[in-house]
Amino acid sequence: MNVIEVQGLRKSYADTKAVDGIDLTIAQGEIFALLGPNGAGKTTTVEILEGFRKADSGTISVLGFDPSKRGVQSRVWRNRIGIVLQSTADAGDLTVEEKLSHFAKYYSAARDVDEVINSVGLDEKRGALIRTLSGGQRRRLDVGLGIIGSPELLFLDEPTTGFDPEARRAFWSLIESLRKGGTTILLTTHYLDEAEALADRVAVITHGKILEVSTPMQLGGRATAKARVQWKADGVIQEEMTDNPTEVVRRLAAQFPGEVPELQVLRPSLEDIYLSMIGEK
Amino acid sequence: MSEKKSLPTTIALGVARGGLEIRQFMRQRESVVFTLAFPIILLAIFGSVFKTTLAEGVTFSQYFVAGMIASGLVNTGFQQLAIIIPMEREFGSLKRLRGTPMHVASYFIGKSILVFASMALQVLLLLGAGMIFFGVQLPTDPYKWLTFTWLIILGSAASTALGIAFAAVPKSGRGASAVVSPVVIVLQFFSGVFFVFTDLPGWMQQVATIFPLKWMTQGMRSVFLPDSFAAREVAGTWETQRTFLILLAWLIAGIFLAIRTFKWSRD
Repeated sequence: MNVIEVQGLRKSYADTKAVDGIDLTIAQGEIFALLGPNGAGKTTTVEILEGFRKADSGTISVLGFDPSKRGVQSRVWRNRIGIVLQSTADAGDLTVEEKLSHFAKYYSAARDVDEVINSVGLDEKRGALIRTLSGGQRRRLDVGLGIIGSPELLFLDEPTTGFDPEARRAFWSLIESLRKGGTTILLTTHYLDEAEALADRVAVITHGKILEVSTPMQLGGRATAKARVQWKADGVIQEEMTDNPTEVVRRLAAQFPGEVPELQVLRPSLEDIYLSMIGEK
Repeated sequence: MSEKKSLPTTIALGVARGGLEIRQFMRQRESVVFTLAFPIILLAIFGSVFKTTLAEGVTFSQYFVAGMIASGLVNTGFQQLAIIIPMEREFGSLKRLRGTPMHVASYFIGKSILVFASMALQVLLLLGAGMIFFGVQLPTDPYKWLTFTWLIILGSAASTALGIAFAAVPKSGRGASAVVSPVVIVLQFFSGVFFVFTDLPGWMQQVATIFPLKWMTQGMRSVFLPDSFAAREVAGTWETQRTFLILLAWLIAGIFLAIRTFKWSRD
């Protein structure tokens, strides 16, 4: 069953085409990452799927519902989704526990507040006023508020911006646990390592169009891309692009009496692939 | 699937939001001081400066307390909401709420409860301080208390609705106070809060007649001043029925505008 189905999505502001014909299918239980530079149309696409904006044209089904519809059905639909926006800076005069308990009341089948506090790693902050939290802790609370209603589909818009590496790892394991629970997740991120660690599939968007949809390992022909072998000879870094890096290393091993100086075998990272993809445009 | 399990009702969530709003409000020291203490400070200043008696048994403090309670309706409802809602919009709090199954009406109900609760507290403190320090007399006639009650309820409701509607005007959260406060202060001067209404120039009186604060103030005078003072009103009577109808009209217009103009996010 597909949780999200989009065909021919278009949206223009004044004379700019923010989204220019996007097709997208996301299956149940999938973690799907949207990648793209600022202004590529990621946020507009996601906000249309979240029901915050109306598309100019295209057919959109999110959990079998058209997000632009209003009324009672829309509330029933919102009961099944969770949204973590890019940034929220509430006044923060409530405690973590108060805020989560209150939001839990909005849903028909909310998760246990203690369990959510624990899963976002805020046990020690449950009684703290939100305004005393650090940026990373606030972000984890945002995620807690996004999952409190036990959503079938979770939108995460740049969830780890401003996290230190440790907090990011902790966040990734939280997402992993949601995946195990069967939640479908649509993630937008600037961090390619994040997409690689979490996403089953990624889509690269520029200028309102999808360039490619693939697994992180296969995006842009990454799996079959040439490897780069680097080493130092005569005081200069040498490099060779090859389909058979083992062959090259073997040759170098024979050539040098001991260690091959500064030997490295490099495969293109997701970031290299991504940058070359968006650079082409 | 949780589809078929019922969602909480709009009223229940509205009440829950009201409780939350009050809790948040009480934790914001500036807003508590501004809303609750400021009217008392003003009463203290005016009560000390103007020692005059306006008529037999009507001290300036007595006159002024009626105006301050009416102003309180505008401050706690209109002014507070028209400043705080643009901020909530700018901070993204409203957008976050928009993403939940909560109905917008629950949000409005919560704000009304907040306004009503802070109004009730403000009135208690203002009347208490007025009686103790400035010899303010409370009415004894039950009919006057009836008028007082509907004035507070209708006035808070209209002020809340108009505040939500006016919250669409400020372009940014930070600038909201600069847009809203002058409107309120000018209205207070025009509506006879700080001065005896009939002493104001005619054109000011006429402008004030359009807006609800003049009617709230006049209504509160009918509660706190002796009926003999009604002769000194513009119409020569308290115009109680007219006051009720005009405030009701503003409430309906306010609700209509609030629903039409309310925006969850800036764009």
